[in-house]
Amino acid sequence: MKSNWILIFFMTIICFIGACQSEEEINYNRYYTTGKQLYESRCGNCHNNDGSGLALLYPPLTDTTYLQSNKNKLAFIIKNGLNGEITVSGKTYNGQMPAQQDLSDIEIAEIITYITNSFGNKQGLKKTEDVNKDLKNCQ
Amino acid sequence: MRNLFYLLFLGLILSACNQTPDQLPYLGERAPVEKMVDGKKVIDTIYQSIPPFQFRNQDSLLISEKDFEGKIYVSDFFFTSCNTICPIMHRNMLKVYEKYKGNPQVKILSHTIDYKYDLPSRLKKYATKLGINDHQWEFVHGSKDSIYQFAAKNYLVAAYEDQQDPQGLVHQGWFVLVDKNRHLRGAYDGTKTDQVEQLLKDMDLLLQENEK
Repeated sequence: MKSNWILIFFMTIICFIGACQSEEEINYNRYYTTGKQLYESRCGNCHNNDGSGLALLYPPLTDTTYLQSNKNKLAFIIKNGLNGEITVSGKTYNGQMPAQQDLSDIEIAEIITYITNSFGNKQGLKKTEDVNKDLKNCQ
Repeated sequence: MRNLFYLLFLGLILSACNQTPDQLPYLGERAPVEKMVDGKKVIDTIYQSIPPFQFRNQDSLLISEKDFEGKIYVSDFFFTSCNTICPIMHRNMLKVYEKYKGNPQVKILSHTIDYKYDLPSRLKKYATKLGINDHQWEFVHGSKDSIYQFAAKNYLVAAYEDQQDPQGLVHQGWFVLVDKNRHLRGAYDGTKTDQVEQLLKDMDLLLQENEK
């Protein structure tokens, strides 16, 4: 009986430690998980679920420099699509990425959080407010 | 004694699992025909086959069933601006292309169902971007009537225009395996990795059949 109480005591301590995640961490995990689902249903067909793209038809998302230097444009690209020539990983792509106007700001933030923290990228959480700002600045 | 019996039984079941069919099935419709062999009436079967065709490929050349003589080939239906199943299909078809690259007995035939926009020049651009610069993989264009009917009737693949669809075109993602006598020998979901693996195995089997 006594050993049971000790077990419960330790379990409680573990629960408290677990709850110590900061709010940003919790948000990050939440955005990342939903972002993965959204990515796989909205983007994965062309960019592939592992972010490798497809030959010279669809660019990969593994170019960390491209994603870093276009950090504030990603939201606009996802929402409005992209046309014309771009250079990713030293290769030229010239296709048409379809717009996805039906995505909400929070969904875009989730997708960006997933993409920029997968496939070799590590940019941390993308906040919904930032997506909101980026979209306004680009228009 | 009883244990031995069980063991034997188990062994039998397991060995049955390992058996691979040494011949692929024939798909589609079939019709019986009566033939005279050595003065006796014999019933033979005629299997569905791909009829003669003519389409324009990525280099604007007319190609026909003659370009597939003595070869096995994989056929599918797609369009270049499709962003649903086509990228997945052609990511998988690249595996087929790469495995049999340079093999004169194997070809790939992709038909566009976007007869309005996917003219040969656009097919050429698509093929080049995909990294295909030879004619082992043909991308072909046909008129509206010929392509939808041809898909449904001969390859058993549904493709049609649909106003409800965001891209206006609907089609299935089958990879259809055709033997050197233009009979249908297999259909695989081109969006599923495991089915494409099976296709690669079945193609090896079909090539062996060709050698016999």
